Amino acid sequence: MMPAVESGTLEKRPPSLPSVQTVTLTVNGKETKLQIAPWTTLLDALREYMDLTGTKKGCDHGQCGACTVLVNDKRINSCLSLAIMQEGAKITTIEGIAGTYTDAPAGLHPLQKSFIERDAFQCGYCTPGQICSAVGLMNEGNAKTTADIRELMSGNICRCGAYTNIVDAIEDVLNEKAA
Amino acid sequence: MNSFTYTRTEDVDTAVLERSSEQTSKFIAGGTNLIDLMKENVERPTRLIDITHLPLTSITDTVNGGLRLGALVTNADTAYNEQVIQRYPLLSQTILAGASPQLRNMATDGGNLLQRTRCYYFYDTATPCNKREPGSGCSAINGFNRIHAILGTAPDNSGLGQPQCIATHPSDMCVALAALEAEVRVTGINGERTIPFADFHRLPGNTPNIDNTLEPGELITSIDLPAKGFPKYYAYLKLRDRASYAFALVSVAVALEMDGDTITTARIALGGVAHKPWRKPEAEAKLIGKPATKENFQAAAELLLAGAQGFGHNTFKIELAKRAIVRALGQAAKLEPTA
Amino acid sequence: MSTPQKINKSVGKPISRVDGVEKVTGKAKYAAEFNVPDLAYGVVVSSAIAKGKIKSLDTSDALALDGVLQVFTHENRPKIAWFDISYNDQDAPPGSPFRPLYDATIKYSGQPIALVVAETFEVARYAATLIRADYEEATHETDLEANLHKARKPKSGIASLLKPPPPKPRGDFDKVYEEDPNKITGRYVHAAEHHNPMELFATTVVFEKGGKDGKGKLTIYDKTQGVTNSSMYVSQVFNIPSDDIRVLSPYMGGGFGSGLRPQYQLFLSVLAARELKRSVRVSLTRQQMFTFGHRPATVQNVALGALEDGTLNALCHDATGETSQFEDYTEIVVSWGGMLYPPKNVTMEYKVVPLDVYSPLDMRAPGGVTGMHALEVAMDELAYNLGMDPLQLRLKNYTDIDHNEDRPFSSKELRECFRQGAERFGWSSRNPEPRSMKKDHNLIGWGMATGIWDANQMPSRAEAVLMVNGKLRVSCATADIGTGTYTIMTQIAADTLGMPMEDVLFKLGDTDLPFSLISGGSWTAASVGSAVQEACQAVGKSLLKLAKKMPASPFKGVKWEDIEFADSHLRLKSDQSVAVSLQTLVDQNGGKAVRESVTSLPNAFKQKDYTRSAHSAVFAEVMVDEDLGTVKVTRVVSAIAAGRILNPKTSRSQILGGMVWGISKALEEESAMDHNFGRFMNHSLAEYHVAVNADIHDLDVIFVEEHDDIVNPLGVKGLGEIGIVGMPAAIANAVFHATGRRVRDLPITLDKLL
Repeated sequence: MMPAVESGTLEKRPPSLPSVQTVTLTVNGKETKLQIAPWTTLLDALREYMDLTGTKKGCDHGQCGACTVLVNDKRINSCLSLAIMQEGAKITTIEGIAGTYTDAPAGLHPLQKSFIERDAFQCGYCTPGQICSAVGLMNEGNAKTTADIRELMSGNICRCGAYTNIVDAIEDVLNEKAA
Repeated sequence: MNSFTYTRTEDVDTAVLERSSEQTSKFIAGGTNLIDLMKENVERPTRLIDITHLPLTSITDTVNGGLRLGALVTNADTAYNEQVIQRYPLLSQTILAGASPQLRNMATDGGNLLQRTRCYYFYDTATPCNKREPGSGCSAINGFNRIHAILGTAPDNSGLGQPQCIATHPSDMCVALAALEAEVRVTGINGERTIPFADFHRLPGNTPNIDNTLEPGELITSIDLPAKGFPKYYAYLKLRDRASYAFALVSVAVALEMDGDTITTARIALGGVAHKPWRKPEAEAKLIGKPATKENFQAAAELLLAGAQGFGHNTFKIELAKRAIVRALGQAAKLEPTA
Repeated sequence: MSTPQKINKSVGKPISRVDGVEKVTGKAKYAAEFNVPDLAYGVVVSSAIAKGKIKSLDTSDALALDGVLQVFTHENRPKIAWFDISYNDQDAPPGSPFRPLYDATIKYSGQPIALVVAETFEVARYAATLIRADYEEATHETDLEANLHKARKPKSGIASLLKPPPPKPRGDFDKVYEEDPNKITGRYVHAAEHHNPMELFATTVVFEKGGKDGKGKLTIYDKTQGVTNSSMYVSQVFNIPSDDIRVLSPYMGGGFGSGLRPQYQLFLSVLAARELKRSVRVSLTRQQMFTFGHRPATVQNVALGALEDGTLNALCHDATGETSQFEDYTEIVVSWGGMLYPPKNVTMEYKVVPLDVYSPLDMRAPGGVTGMHALEVAMDELAYNLGMDPLQLRLKNYTDIDHNEDRPFSSKELRECFRQGAERFGWSSRNPEPRSMKKDHNLIGWGMATGIWDANQMPSRAEAVLMVNGKLRVSCATADIGTGTYTIMTQIAADTLGMPMEDVLFKLGDTDLPFSLISGGSWTAASVGSAVQEACQAVGKSLLKLAKKMPASPFKGVKWEDIEFADSHLRLKSDQSVAVSLQTLVDQNGGKAVRESVTSLPNAFKQKDYTRSAHSAVFAEVMVDEDLGTVKVTRVVSAIAAGRILNPKTSRSQILGGMVWGISKALEEESAMDHNFGRFMNHSLAEYHVAVNADIHDLDVIFVEEHDDIVNPLGVKGLGEIGIVGMPAAIANAVFHATGRRVRDLPITLDKLL
């Protein structure tokens, strides 16, 4: 939420740096203490401070979905969230997705497996975001039809154009679950 | 992104106090637009007051039979709320037409009202923009203005002269809230007040830098939906440049009450065409007591678009909006399929 | 001898990507993801104006911030190469390549004018906002249509080898067109487009002390479609011995042509690393992804004339594309009609207009998708003019000869594409009447178009090593930009030596590996694949020698032609029981691996008498809202003839990707230039629309069998481009069939149909 609009009326201020503080994040079941300033986004915290580079930066503005992670089991764009605001939250990234699935065969989440089987990616850059988003979609339980899946996966752009395969991969897992 | 300090607050009074103690501070909740704009160096708060821990996260009944959406309820939780789906399906449908699942999981209802325009020039600090830097000029009027406003752009001083800003408000949700005549409850240093939705957003006039009628430092605490939810006759039609994850070129929210095929109540709100969700009581009144026919819809559409002005690239919106109104009215009156 | 385990051949099978697990687990690392200790971060400051000079740059506030290491500008940059040739790269058009931070001159909006380097990304990002530039503005020109009078022939250079100018006119177009009973003409305007791969352009330079000149050794992780291209560029521009540069790009988050040239973040990161003697990462923002190469805006005119029976006898295609003021970017836009159809009276012309923009850059099917849109829409118009089925018109004018070059195609199964595609789509039940199909408010239309793209082969090297543990390691400095190079090369290598794919490791994207050119133009499978096959064959030949040397060898006197590799064994074709395992053979090599490198060259002697192309037939169905103008592509069938299909799974994905691009191009993509500022204004993924999942419906791919032993030893034609080429025209033609409205400009947004 934002208050009344005043941009442009802000006076020039002398440049200064924010102070670094300890921020504790719980990522993939592990607590990590980071020394960061409030201006570090969750995405940058993961990639630049925790070496969890599986989460991708595709636009840094919530316009592509490559940075999708799960926060308290809900999918969000990590680029638009400040790390400091996620203290106490349960954060799951692509590196921890398989771990959320106890009987993951060959160490992979069923969606990871079906993405490989259906060739639901090419360059692979949007893939972690697609998979996290698909996990979120399954958690939400609102996708009843193929059209629903298409619509509810539209927050994840795949420039290689693997969309039909992505939908097939998700449907495979949804059908398996239903069976 | 500039340097700022960060404060987490646990109650509304503290939040409001913190906010008023630093004029250049801002509240942050979902952050989906604020962080975006901070990265563009458009928003430069000196302090962010994290309000996500305030107890404004529930959807409850109001005493007069309506529904209260806590300001911090996420857009997704609102859209999928059973009460909202049953009693205010227009709102649910409208929210789901906006943004992406990820963004709807982050964005709050209060924040949705405070989204800023998606005008290219507002976003690009290399270009003049009266909304971003008052007095610098509007680049859109003679620039690339495909997504810009066609209504309500006139400057103050009785509408003479060049518009100061032709930005649009980008929200979908607000278009439904305008049609539903919601109220916005706010708390500031001087206490609480309630703002009718029609008065919440404003037209640019000569001060396009001001989006709404919040006093500096006021915090939205809830959005109250009146008892009347139009669960039977409603439609939201959104036209955009791709099937999903795009802002509206034109959108129409329609809520009707019908007696047989006679319209007894009509609300029509437009998105993507003005600095605020656009309504015109005369156009709505014209439908009352009339049968739901294409001719009557067209007459209402003409009235709604009366005085519309195009700026070149966006001139098509005038005709598009009229057609969209006719279609949406038809859908709401169940004369037309919604797909 | 024990019975060897049966190993099935992998080529031609729908094998899942060998890099799949890395990609779905997030382990695959891209250029900005190599984290090293003591890494500094660079953020680029971009020009606000399109043309002029920087009068002054105030960096003092930025430099005063704690954690800012340096601000590099044209005023303090170190000495770099002087001659244009040093800046040339493998895809440089004729001209004078852009030099970042070279001087105070501003050549285009968004030009990098400073690099801020700081201890953290956030500090650098903040400091970049504190830099104040004062400009002396000059009048810019960015509007192609307003400057068409300046159109001129492009300069030629090395790039012209792959992009020859259109052939000279033949016959007498003017006269024949004038007399033709059936003729159409149309003007086609395309907006500029940006590649927008998902991965932001980024370079991580890892700096180590030492090096031949004592100025440090650089390990560079770059986002590029060719590590050798980046390496040569850095070496020449900074005058660094090539031994001190290693460029790696094991994964690339999408190229589509954008990585065919070194982009400015490479230059800036190397400059900063050398000056600061530190490891540096520079990553561009999405906004800055609109500040380098793009598909040029174009204006085309096509005129076609035909006899009453549909015989096409007059064709005129001219195109004007934008280029920069410093390079003459060209593409093949107008020549395709002369290859695809046999009219005897042809005139084709291609010109450029230099504008104050960055040089355009090859973008998926450069020129081809542009020109074929116009040509194939024109063919549709002509078909209506003739009262002929559009498919019949194509068949009527079918040719196995490329009349531009007056030589046959090495193979052309386009007729079969038409047949199979039409059958799958149900084309024969089409009512040709526009507006004849309707459902509720939606008009339904069916359209078709042809696609064509070059099947080139470039020189490439590759190395194959049968290691002492019996595993095979094959390598080449090529790229896998999502195309499946890792997978198909592993398949080719495995099959060549009869090994299971699990025993083969293919490495790429590293200048320590054998040389390869940039990966583009749909030539990687053919070029690198041939090199891999030859390198593995060379290992095979060495293994045969080892086999012959074995005591009491049953292979004495046996020739190469007499043996085969299967089930991880070398064996006699005539008697499969006479076999020896590869492990046994490598064990004979005195404890050493069996290592062979080859350079594979196209067989020019064999190829020169043939035109080599992939073809496609595209059939599309659209639904157009009659009142609101929205277009939905509900169904597309693409039938592709592209030689041998090495892997139907990854191949299908490449074609699907091209089809999605086609939908995106036809309906959505447009880089909107504000000519007042000379700046692309929709520079974000929110406002530059590319197709999202909900835009994509039923897509069907057919691979038509096509045998070709001229095109290259593998018989493959490449699939990166052919998937998109026919799409925009097929969709535009379907829109006409639905609505009766001929929209010739792209993208077909709803306002064009109101």
